[in-house]
Amino acid sequence: MQGVITPLVMMIAILVSLTTMSAGLIWMERRLLALWQDRYGPNRVGPFGLLQVVADMLKIFAKEDWVPPFSDKAVFVLAPAVIMTAVLLAFAVVPFSPGISIADLDIGILFFLAMASLNIYGIVLAGWASNSKYSLLGGVRGAAQMLSYEVFMGLSLMGVVMLAGTFNLREIVEAQEGLWFCVPQLPGLLIFFIAGLAETHRIPFDLPEAENELVAGYHTEYSGMKFGMFFVGEYLGIVLISSLISVLFFGGWLGPTLPPVLWFLLKTLFFITLFILLRSALPRPRFGQLMSFGWKIMLPLSLLNILATGAVLLIRA
Amino acid sequence: MLSILQALWRMFLHAFRERVTVQYPEEKPVLAPRYRGRIILSRDPDGFERCVACYLCAAACPVDCIALQADETIDGRRYPSFFRINFSRCIFCGYCEEACPTYAIQLTPDYEMSEYKRPSLVYEKKDLLISGTGKYPGYRYYKVAGVALKGKDKGDGLEEEEPVDIRSLMP
Repeated sequence: MQGVITPLVMMIAILVSLTTMSAGLIWMERRLLALWQDRYGPNRVGPFGLLQVVADMLKIFAKEDWVPPFSDKAVFVLAPAVIMTAVLLAFAVVPFSPGISIADLDIGILFFLAMASLNIYGIVLAGWASNSKYSLLGGVRGAAQMLSYEVFMGLSLMGVVMLAGTFNLREIVEAQEGLWFCVPQLPGLLIFFIAGLAETHRIPFDLPEAENELVAGYHTEYSGMKFGMFFVGEYLGIVLISSLISVLFFGGWLGPTLPPVLWFLLKTLFFITLFILLRSALPRPRFGQLMSFGWKIMLPLSLLNILATGAVLLIRA
Repeated sequence: MLSILQALWRMFLHAFRERVTVQYPEEKPVLAPRYRGRIILSRDPDGFERCVACYLCAAACPVDCIALQADETIDGRRYPSFFRINFSRCIFCGYCEEACPTYAIQLTPDYEMSEYKRPSLVYEKKDLLISGTGKYPGYRYYKVAGVALKGKDKGDGLEEEEPVDIRSLMP
């Protein structure tokens, strides 16, 4: 009985804290964007405007749950759930600190990559089921972007896997005891970061929902909590990519004096902040530029990175 | 690549800039003297209404939010018997002020006129008329205009020449 309850409690705790955190990120993003745009951002509701998220949540829950009559209803309802589920499932393998992780999978990285690819089903299905041209364009763009960025996202992690000699995320963190992988795997880090940006559809790569051309992309027809799920799913994706960057390249929970969970949280928050800073600073490229950047620059670079890492490892061995 | 890092750094430095936001209810923005806000009707220095009910403001108004009715006192002064501005339609363009030949209608630097009920936004003459001269102190329309009043004949105005006797042949 004990063997069932402990993981269950941990799962629920992680689920609740993740959803709360990603909701809190909405506030954080708005405040930080405002900070960098010489504004204040939401600062009225509660201390520092923190309760703004609660107010927004109350509003979004009270909204009419509307399904457009021209849509494919079953798929339309399913799509936001797919996104949330895929992202939350990927968190199963993230080692938050020694002892705090849901599944200690031996193929953790592969599982994460698989879940990240499943994520795109939500977008494509949403775009298709909405039965409107902008949504469809957003969905198609999302699929194309995911296809081309998924390739070198996986490849960029292979350097880390070679150095650590394992796909297990916990063991990867433990392998960074002496030196964080951000030093020997700097190109891998950069490539993974860019791929992560594309994976979460954040600003330089947010073409699936490019507001100025596609209304809101794949979630144009969504409203109420179904839209809220896309939103929270996007923020969960940011948390996921940031926590993976800190796990794979910055030694996860490793760090002096402070408790491990806090180190993990600090590193993750740093990368979340970087995501937001990027959003505030960079414009969105054309879609063609996005594709050619992925295939012509990032893919060869990640292959070169693997080649170099392999060569160094072979020489050392 | 370098330019992207530069952009990130520039953007980050903005965190230490001064905020442009004016925290409205606690902090009020500084308005220009010629700010186009709530419309008023002014009086001349003697306390008479400046408005002569010529309808030019109502004609100039692009959204037709001004309504008035002309009347005349025994002295021969024209005045509006009612003057109504519907501020729920007013766009504060200031054309009425430009059209006014007597500096009567003026826009003021006041924008705090929110109401809970739409009918409350319809201002009558008693709401519009102020006791002062507004932006143009010392201006008396009837002093400079060639209009006859009781106690003031044609030619009595400031820098006004005597009216020409059209029946005379003399220059």
